[in-house]
Amino acid sequence: MVALVGNPNAGKSALFNALTGARQKVGNYPGVTVERKSGRMSLADGRPLEIVDLPGTYSLEPGSPDEAVTRDVILGRQEGERLPSAMVIVVDATNLDNHLRFALQLIALGLPVVIALNMVDLARRDGLIIDPDRLSAELGVPVIPTVAVRKQGIDDLKERIGLLVGDGAQRISAGRAIVHEDIVVVQRRARAIALAATTEEHGARQWSHRIDAIALHPVLGPILLAGLMFLMFQGVFAWAQAPMDAIGALMADTQAWVTAHMADGVLRSLITDGLIAGVGAVITFLPQILILFFFILLLEASGYMVRAAFIMDRLMARVGLSGRAFIPLLSSFACAVPGIMATRTIDDPKDRLTTILIAPLMTCSARLPVYAVIIAAFIPAKTVGPGIGLQGLVLFALYMMGIVGAMVAALVLRRTVTKGQSPGFMMEMPKYQLPSWRDVALGLWTRALIFLKRAGTIIAFTTVVLWALLSFPKPPADSKANPVDYSIAGRIADGLAPAFKPIGFDRDIVLALIPAMAAREVAVSALATTYSLQAKGTAADDPALDRNLAQRLHGHWSLATALAFLVWFVFAPQCISTIAVTRRETNGWRWPGFMVGYLFVLAYLAAGITFWASSALGL
Amino acid sequence: MIRLRLDSLPMRRPARIVAIDWEALRPAEARRLRELGFDEHVTIELVHQGPFGRDPIAARVGRMTIAIRRAVAAAITIEPLTAQGAAHVHTRHAAIAAE
Repeated sequence: MVALVGNPNAGKSALFNALTGARQKVGNYPGVTVERKSGRMSLADGRPLEIVDLPGTYSLEPGSPDEAVTRDVILGRQEGERLPSAMVIVVDATNLDNHLRFALQLIALGLPVVIALNMVDLARRDGLIIDPDRLSAELGVPVIPTVAVRKQGIDDLKERIGLLVGDGAQRISAGRAIVHEDIVVVQRRARAIALAATTEEHGARQWSHRIDAIALHPVLGPILLAGLMFLMFQGVFAWAQAPMDAIGALMADTQAWVTAHMADGVLRSLITDGLIAGVGAVITFLPQILILFFFILLLEASGYMVRAAFIMDRLMARVGLSGRAFIPLLSSFACAVPGIMATRTIDDPKDRLTTILIAPLMTCSARLPVYAVIIAAFIPAKTVGPGIGLQGLVLFALYMMGIVGAMVAALVLRRTVTKGQSPGFMMEMPKYQLPSWRDVALGLWTRALIFLKRAGTIIAFTTVVLWALLSFPKPPADSKANPVDYSIAGRIADGLAPAFKPIGFDRDIVLALIPAMAAREVAVSALATTYSLQAKGTAADDPALDRNLAQRLHGHWSLATALAFLVWFVFAPQCISTIAVTRRETNGWRWPGFMVGYLFVLAYLAAGITFWASSALGL
Repeated sequence: MIRLRLDSLPMRRPARIVAIDWEALRPAEARRLRELGFDEHVTIELVHQGPFGRDPIAARVGRMTIAIRRAVAAAITIEPLTAQGAAHVHTRHAAIAAE
């Protein structure tokens, strides 16, 4: 196994993609939420070789769990990982001073190494010419110039790696300990070597500085950021609708086909209402997730993400977070699942955990159908000011309630469960780069696979469990009871109903909340079923039914109950996908458990206060 | 020579770091600052500041641009390099003193 090591922003991932192509595997190191990215590469003589892309780090003194893994792997201490037989040290040619310091520390470990002098094209653009032979002589190890995003120098690099791990190559039994040298001393030596190897340096104006003059401008910068975010949301909502509808239709067709070709029975019900519905619920999210990640990967690869964090840092600092939390939280407005997955870019573990815990409070797109039906049913469509409709105002208030709730929750969490020093904000601002489409596509592919495999299995499983709860036991053949009422879920609802009575929820609402655990928008169809006169076999997404549902709800609920129901959906963790992905990202049930607990308490209290207040006002 | 804390250095005035109060920083922050190339005698220039409350700030050190919060910058003592920079700072301080 050969390890790819280097500073952040050295172009390590691009080099990894260039070396391995699509033959990549993303796993996890045992016991930590650090991704293990490995891939297969074939050497010039046809021998296969495993390459591991280690998290980027500035030194061997870890500042985050990612960096600790990098150190432990190259010292042969990481559980579940062999000591690498060689290292490829990736350094950025445009930032040699800084990257050589870490390279010097790595070389001192004594493993066979080759240096990939990456981004030599950008260095040339900046007016820097570096002599690789001179650099190699100064460092005492081979140096190969590369341009990973253009796949230049890759064959030379592969050849070198082949020599390092060949049969004749020296065998290393164990890594040497870290040489404890003062970082400043190493840095000065690195600076001297960089100076010696640089044959030409003229002050060409760097591109990045020109872009930053606009992107970080005190007025234009925030406007540009807002514009980009607007574009991102437009993309998520506008482009995802067609594929989501197509997937929905495909699932409905599949269900119809199975229904037509199978005898009625438990098995058919399991396949159509359990499995297909469950898998469908997972895949329907996929278009939104892919579009969102497309934007995030683009922002990340271009170097803009750090600028967005820079602009937002001050505002996030007020609630004890850092600028890094901004993009994941923003993504959560589309769906908390990709939002929580995007928290991986946050180095500070407590900052990251807090962000994960408050992400579900951002109003996701799945809540919109629920809001739409209830608002249409209870809030009169009148204007309260020039161009301001009451319905729109209520919708806006619900979004704001989520945001304010998240901010308050972050403040409280940072002082209690995720207590610790404020994460601070200290980041290198990378050069702007044109993202390579290949790298973006590969990133999307791996994200999609992770989502489908990890979250998908849990979501499909729990959907089947929910199906079972709603389907068993069957009422006796001669009984006139609604099968749902007779099922375990119906009985759970009976049991829970007294607990929800104080906040204005009757048993039917509680019953609708149970299947809504799979996905929030299901609440609409569940209510439709419950309140529908013909209790059996109604298609929930029939627009006529939605209208009827609004009328029917109007008859059954008071305005106070309706408002409490809306507020409940602002806070309640009504989404198994979110819980599943939180479990995956925090490596255990402890934090998702905590999240579910605190959000339910919050939802109960907020819905209760709404109900009591509006009842007192006589609504 | 005038000495200032980095958080009071105006934008785009090159300066040299004369001292860093490592003790005033958290160990992790101090280490990261060293790793990012902050060191005595290094030339530094502030190039950007955040739109809200002018925090954080972006400093150019060597060939890198690094974002730090003003609170961290307060631990770094610098001296402006150009006469122009020194004069600018001087008048600003004089103005503050006069108020």
